Amino acid sequence: MSDMDMDRRNFLKTSVGAAAVAIAPGMMLYSVAQAKGEGASSKVRWGMLIDTNQCKPGCNDCVTACNNENGLSGETKATDSQWIRKIDIKDISTGREISLPMMCQHCEHPPCVDVCPTNASMKRADGIVLVDKHRCIGCRYCMMACPYKARSFVHEPLTGQNPDVPRGKGTVESCTLCVHRIDVGGKPACSEACPNQAIVFGDLNDENSEIAQKVRSVASVQVRADLRLNPGVRYQGI
Amino acid sequence: MNLLRDQSAALRTRSPLAYLQGMSRGSLRRALHIDLLATVPARVTSALLLVLVCVAQPSYAVEAQPKLDIGKGGQCVEDTQWMRKNHMHLLKHGRDDALRLGIRDEKHSLKTCIECHASTKDDSVTARADSFCVGCHKYEAVKLDCFECHSGTRKSAWLQQRNAK
Ligand code: SF4
Ligand code: SF4
Repeated sequence: MSDMDMDRRNFLKTSVGAAAVAIAPGMMLYSVAQAKGEGASSKVRWGMLIDTNQCKPGCNDCVTACNNENGLSGETKATDSQWIRKIDIKDISTGREISLPMMCQHCEHPPCVDVCPTNASMKRADGIVLVDKHRCIGCRYCMMACPYKARSFVHEPLTGQNPDVPRGKGTVESCTLCVHRIDVGGKPACSEACPNQAIVFGDLNDENSEIAQKVRSVASVQVRADLRLNPGVRYQGI
Repeated sequence: MNLLRDQSAALRTRSPLAYLQGMSRGSLRRALHIDLLATVPARVTSALLLVLVCVAQPSYAVEAQPKLDIGKGGQCVEDTQWMRKNHMHLLKHGRDDALRLGIRDEKHSLKTCIECHASTKDDSVTARADSFCVGCHKYEAVKLDCFECHSGTRKSAWLQQRNAK
């Protein structure tokens, strides 16, 4: 359904464009559509592998890095945005305790996208799930649909946003996998900040990448794999 | 019958534009004797009508223009006059490509605009009444929504501010 909507939009865009060219010959909207760069490719599947054995309880460096990168306040009140959280869990039968970061799992079949009435929730060709805030009406359906509680709603007007990370009141947001860094060849801020290299980021489809080699050789799981959403984020040691 | 009603309405308003706008497509065809239009699909007809209406708008003499702080300025990525008229199309179409398809056209990106046009005094396109974006939008009375989410500050200045914290 979402593809159909975009086609319709493109169609309207094009027909308006044609009329516009008729009005002013210098007006070439097409040149924008054919701009440089290939854009996100479906040959790539960005993902993360998080080794909970390396993740230290009490360490919050990935969360701090995310807040700093994306301009979040770092507060954790009910109305504050949190894109990544540290979670401590304990197996009651054995007493084993582990600590791990949770964020948007960048599902291959994202329920947030399924429920979005405006097509604002969307998955890029390379598997990154984003909110198109130009379209989001703040209905928060996606927040309810997400099994990982990964999304936040912006309740208050914001100022001083990172020029690379637009955020605004009345829209829903979540981990973008630091898409603005990925698109210039970088990696997510959390992955970079972890002092123990517990978060490996890379292209799951590229068999030579560190992450692909690692998921091939060590046991890793997806959280709530029973939901069959095929998240791009995997965990080791849980 | 329709045509008669439309004509009397137009006489009342004494504006040829209002006359055209107030008419149904059918009566307009009859009035203008554009038989050819009857053979083309309705969508094209509406587009042509739009062109007609746009062309028919009277042009007003230019009054005192707003005085803007254009920042570094210099050679724009497109012709200046063209940009005045069309920058919103570049931004709007570019935003869908950048966000949804990951095609980042740096030449026409909002960040690139800000890089050149943020004031050299406060590194912003929105901070003051004569800032690059605000100045014109105030003059034209067009609400500027972009900066409720997007930063109007030059990235280098933003980084400096953040690191100072
Ligand atoms: S984890 Fe939640 S927000 Fe992220 S893609 Fe899956 S359903 Fe959507
Ligand atoms: S809050 Fe926004 S992104 Fe989420 S479902 Fe509603 S419109 Fe879509």
